[in-house]
Amino acid sequence: MLYREAGQFKTSYQSDNQIFPIRQDRIALFALLAAAFVGVPLFASPYLLSAILIPFLIFALAALGLNILTGYCGQLSLGTAAFMAVGAYAAFNFVARVPGMPLLVAFILGGLCAAAVGMVFGLPSLRVRGFYLAASTLATQFFVVWCLTKIPYLTNFSSSGVVTVQKMQILGYSFETPNSKYVLVLAIVAGLALLAKNMIRSNVGRSWMAVRDMDVAAEVIGFRPLRTKLLAFAVSSFYCGVAGALYAFAYLGTVEPEAYNLDLSFRILFMIIIGGVGSVLGSFLGAAFIVLLPVVLNIVGHGLGLPTSFASNLELMVFGALIIFFLIVEPHGLARLWQVGKEKLRLWPFPH
Amino acid sequence: MNFFFEVLIGGLLSGIMYALVAIGFVLIYKASGVFNFAQGAMVFFAALTCVGMVDKWGVPMWVAIPLTIVVMVALGLAIEKVVLRPLVNQPEITLFMATIGLAFFIEGLAQLLWGSQVHKLELPIEDVPLPYLMEHFNIIVSQFDVTAAAICAILVTALALLFSKTKVGRALRAVADDHQAALAVGIPLQRIWAIVWSVAGLVALVAGLLWGARNGVQFALTFIALKALPVLILGGFTSVPGAIMGGLIIGASEKLAEVYLGPLVGGGIEGWFPYVLALLFLLVRPEGLFGEKIIRRI
Repeated sequence: MLYREAGQFKTSYQSDNQIFPIRQDRIALFALLAAAFVGVPLFASPYLLSAILIPFLIFALAALGLNILTGYCGQLSLGTAAFMAVGAYAAFNFVARVPGMPLLVAFILGGLCAAAVGMVFGLPSLRVRGFYLAASTLATQFFVVWCLTKIPYLTNFSSSGVVTVQKMQILGYSFETPNSKYVLVLAIVAGLALLAKNMIRSNVGRSWMAVRDMDVAAEVIGFRPLRTKLLAFAVSSFYCGVAGALYAFAYLGTVEPEAYNLDLSFRILFMIIIGGVGSVLGSFLGAAFIVLLPVVLNIVGHGLGLPTSFASNLELMVFGALIIFFLIVEPHGLARLWQVGKEKLRLWPFPH
Repeated sequence: MNFFFEVLIGGLLSGIMYALVAIGFVLIYKASGVFNFAQGAMVFFAALTCVGMVDKWGVPMWVAIPLTIVVMVALGLAIEKVVLRPLVNQPEITLFMATIGLAFFIEGLAQLLWGSQVHKLELPIEDVPLPYLMEHFNIIVSQFDVTAAAICAILVTALALLFSKTKVGRALRAVADDHQAALAVGIPLQRIWAIVWSVAGLVALVAGLLWGARNGVQFALTFIALKALPVLILGGFTSVPGAIMGGLIIGASEKLAEVYLGPLVGGGIEGWFPYVLALLFLLVRPEGLFGEKIIRRI
């Protein structure tokens, strides 16, 4: 950045280890959060809030979950949407069946259910890795969606699994306007993102990274692979579960199991590829990119007067081409571009 | 009992169709270590191109097929040049993700060129029960399925001969064993990859025509690639015989499970049963039936 850390001396371990060691970074972050919490709800239009910002935040949370598993622990998963579905339907059931269940507790319980399912389907990761694991996480995807369509109890006996989720109410205040929904989602996402950032800096995150870099070596130096990998699956699924619950409660309103199909899993995978595998910031950048891309392509398509089917196929092609492009040019994603830009600016205008 | 055999044989024959897709995966994985997620999209692209030529341009089938072969080879060469070459030496996972992007691109391209409606594909093979089995054993087995199996057998034999008897085949196996060593003895890596992708394109064409004649040429063809994944897990990623065995096991068990277990739990278990079967299998034998033993060193 244009500023430097000159003059900011650390006099204790505590200040040396803080998340954002540079004062200007902290100020920028607080400014950003203040703008997001206060400025955006005041000035943004309802369309911008409910069609772009809310899904962006929810997808960013899901991408963060997947990034914990794939980016930090190195376990490729194609079952993200299934964990989201578990979280959504579990939260729905808790609110529907337990009288007086507080909404946030239901979200957390939904996340915990997703974590439990994630741990069960994470068991194969102890024996297999890479593509074999990716293929076996597909089992989660198909099995969970099948369960939700076929077992009526899980969907409160509604036909074909379509449920309308309850109104969001916390302490008697109901979140109905886009603005209030946005603030609620933002608060949850910001809190969980901070938690993730800290978890990754702690011994837990370091053990994940050790397993990612070489699991045999990690085992030799004393990380228990069973605990480490299953913990990664659990935490990742918890995040995805909460994201899934938010997706249902704050965005869709009425959900069917098919809303959480393989396509959604792939979209979230793309978010972390484009944003940056193994980066918290990358999850947000990738989610923003994938949410905005169809909107932009749509506007461009309309501007050029293309027919809809043509535009949607073109969108697929651009999507695929961009992924390949990113992998070739910058395998570490947008987060790395940001980092490189920051380094360059730090030295600017005297790069030597 | 007859019914059991009917289901079993039907399952085995559809398993061969899965194997056909799985072989495309195995070819590319063996030679370049790329797990080609775009194989399903290539199947779709090949079938749609062939049918599109017949429907839109009115060319006869026997002209359309060689033309499609040319297109598939061109596609293979283009993929090698544009996607793989810049990604040499990247980790396998990066290449895998690139092929997911490639799958999207090819799906979009296919529908952009030929439209997204369902096409009917007429092959000169009739979908009627074999009279011989019908008369003597009272088992209904479709003639079409048997022909498809025969085509698959011919294809596999041809591939096996290509791999074991020709110079190109030996080069392929050398590359599969060790890229660097193969390069060192003067095998042109890039040309080998181009050949492999072209051959995979051909296999995709055969699979696409057979599947297309069965279910109509439509977007759903891309999903059979997903069905090929449990086949690969069972058979091992690096073995052509494994892909066939895996296909047979998956095909038979899936149909039997659907018929005998399905009614107990409400049906539709075909969708996930192969994956769960493969998952359980993985817990016992992580490298698949015929896969190479995985040895990890620090």
